[in-house]
Amino acid sequence: MKLAAFTLMAVLAAPAAYAIEYTTALPKQSRVNFEFRQMGVPVKGGFKRFTTQMAFDPARPEAARATIEIDLASIDAGSREADDESAGKLWFNRSVYPKATFVSSEVRALGANRFELRGTLTLKGKPRDMIIPVTYTPGKNAATFDGSFVLRRLDFGIGEGLWADVATVANEVQVKFRIAATGK
Amino acid sequence: MSASNRYSTTAIALHWLVALLIFSAFPLGLYMVGLPLSPDKLKLYSYHKWIGVTVFLLVAIRLAWRAKHTPPALPDGIAAWQRRASAMAHGLLYALMVAIPLSGWLMSSAKGFQTVWFGVLPLPDLVERNRELGDMLATVHQALNYSLAALVILHVAAALKHHFVERRPFLQRMGLGRKERT
Repeated sequence: MKLAAFTLMAVLAAPAAYAIEYTTALPKQSRVNFEFRQMGVPVKGGFKRFTTQMAFDPARPEAARATIEIDLASIDAGSREADDESAGKLWFNRSVYPKATFVSSEVRALGANRFELRGTLTLKGKPRDMIIPVTYTPGKNAATFDGSFVLRRLDFGIGEGLWADVATVANEVQVKFRIAATGK
Repeated sequence: MSASNRYSTTAIALHWLVALLIFSAFPLGLYMVGLPLSPDKLKLYSYHKWIGVTVFLLVAIRLAWRAKHTPPALPDGIAAWQRRASAMAHGLLYALMVAIPLSGWLMSSAKGFQTVWFGVLPLPDLVERNRELGDMLATVHQALNYSLAALVILHVAAALKHHFVERRPFLQRMGLGRKERT
């Protein structure tokens, strides 16, 4: 009986013993990019500097959490002119809101290494709930988390006034990110 | 004088159409570059690119037409050096009308903005996005345009001189004024 209980405990403990909890994001292998249409033409951009704090245990995805903070000054908005323009009050109003933050509230497993990351994205002082599908790819040295979602810039007041005309700069911004992380 | 003193109707139509487009795209280009970034600026850039692609296609048609149709001979009495200068100037005009839209297209790609003709037909990006290359091509595009402007002034001045100063029936060659009758 004692032996049986011990065996059961060992079996139960085994997955946890082998599982890795990913807690350290690797900035150099991570990226946050976006694409939007300007006069019907796709324009690519991204952010060079962002920090990720996370904890993800594939055995317990519901306990996972992530916080991403993006330095808006590190933007590549397609051209130097657009980089400068994006800092202004009509866009990010960067002197008041220098960062974009995402804080997770819930992670749901969808099966086959796909997850739904729920949380709040705050841009220009406006918090908005987001649901972001994320694919987890285990790797030898690091795992990667790839996500993609459509952000409607006007939900955050990004591009106000004369820029609110979505015929020139589309409302939809396709955001794609990859966070690489190692565990312990 | 026979009809051979006049370019073919197709050549004349293409000449004036391309002239009209160049006289739209050139000042538009000068105006738009100085504007602060705005939706209107983005629109003007698109229009400028659409005109440029159109010029490129029309010039390709002109070159194909020119290859199969001999232009009317220059009137008698024009000095040999002027004939040579005229041939050279026309060759250069054609070269610039090809090179300018081409440099604009490449610049646009290098700057990371694909050219989509009338917002419908995407042109392939022949070069990768590269800001330094984009700036370099902008300088090339500008220099080629100022060269074209200088040549166009020469082209118009020469035609006017032949017509009004030397009093030769010159502008009729390009369809201006009444056709001469024999």
